[in-house]
Amino acid sequence: MDWSWIPSNSGQILQLTGENAYLGIVPALIGLVIALPLGIAAARWNWFYPPTLTVLNIIYAIPSLALFIALIPAFGLTDTNVVIALTLYSLCVITPNVVAGLRAVPAAARQAATAMGYGPARRLLTVELPLAVPVIIAGLRVAVVSGISLASIGQLIGVSQLGYLFIDGLQRSFPTEVYVGLVLIIALAIVCDLLLVGVRRILTPWEAR
Amino acid sequence: MSFFSWAWGWISNGANWRGPGDIPQQILAHLEYSGLALLIAVVVAVPLGVALGHSGRGSAVVTNLANAARAIPTLGLLILLTVLAGFSPLAWLLPLVVLGIPPVLVNAYEGVAGVDPDVKDAARGAGMTTRQQILRVEVPCAMPLILTGLRTSAVFVVATATIAAYVGLGGLGRFIVDGLASSQYGPVAGGALLVVGLAIAVLILFSVLSRVLVPAGLRGSERSE
Repeated sequence: MDWSWIPSNSGQILQLTGENAYLGIVPALIGLVIALPLGIAAARWNWFYPPTLTVLNIIYAIPSLALFIALIPAFGLTDTNVVIALTLYSLCVITPNVVAGLRAVPAAARQAATAMGYGPARRLLTVELPLAVPVIIAGLRVAVVSGISLASIGQLIGVSQLGYLFIDGLQRSFPTEVYVGLVLIIALAIVCDLLLVGVRRILTPWEAR
Repeated sequence: MSFFSWAWGWISNGANWRGPGDIPQQILAHLEYSGLALLIAVVVAVPLGVALGHSGRGSAVVTNLANAARAIPTLGLLILLTVLAGFSPLAWLLPLVVLGIPPVLVNAYEGVAGVDPDVKDAARGAGMTTRQQILRVEVPCAMPLILTGLRTSAVFVVATATIAAYVGLGGLGRFIVDGLASSQYGPVAGGALLVVGLAIAVLILFSVLSRVLVPAGLRGSERSE
């Protein structure tokens, strides 16, 4: 371990960390935006869910490196390529949780809202979705954490983030660089995970602590 | 040209199916790495998950452990072990095992912990020993979830075994890494398509397995994740 390497390369390390955070967080948020209507539709119409789930399971089975490669003809060796691939994965993780969260809303809560004169849209937005928040955020956490760690594979098609430190460290046989990359990716994932736990607590003040 | 025409052009070329390091050989190597890693993950994670699930304790530990393991980038762990320990089986096996354990562990735990308490009581009331309760009642009831966990792990491991080629191993990643290094898109796309095919074959294998292994009374209740 060569500690002096860290301060002398802090600028680059910081930039790579920022790129990695972007590649981990943005796809998960886009995935959430798409997964919500998809999950709501799947929870409402039972016939719609099994085919959706099959398609998502198949997408999730596509190795990340293979998906990056398949997107090269369309998007080249760019950030967009990795963002689109990781968005697809986060969709696969979040959608089943949206469905599970909505299905787990107690019938009594739904009936109470109806009895108070709530229409289907208002009931969905003000009763069902808030009650489903913990399960949806559980899915978002998995998407963000695995996205941050999967992004490092993007280095193999030349998209830079902390994975650069792995490849460069291997080529130079310089373990310090690999250690720094590993520690920062795990730390970044843990920080984002804790932030999402915080968001869940703010959004669900009625949950037991 | 699109991804598929590149991939198909390369896969359908007979020369790639013969000779040293040909497609069948690399598929076998790929299955060998993945199979061994998955076997170790299962031997570690299923008994642990079932035991913890039976005791009903350790829920937070299992979830947090699985989440933490998900944060470890497989490529980074693989390269670190290679740089530190050189070219050894440990370098590729350990990262794949670490990748394979969380889904199996979490699902085995959730499956056994979630068995209907009435069913557990009935098993105890019928005079079963603890061992019988676990093996004849709780594990069969948890089978749909255990298989879901196994399926997820198997797909992860098969997909990720690809990057072992980056530190000089065989497997389907060989075509991808060598192709990228020499800017030949044919083997890159073809190798990627073969990995996808292998992963989908694993999905199909598990949907068949779940038909065979899940007790008749529980079919149709399979959950995902």
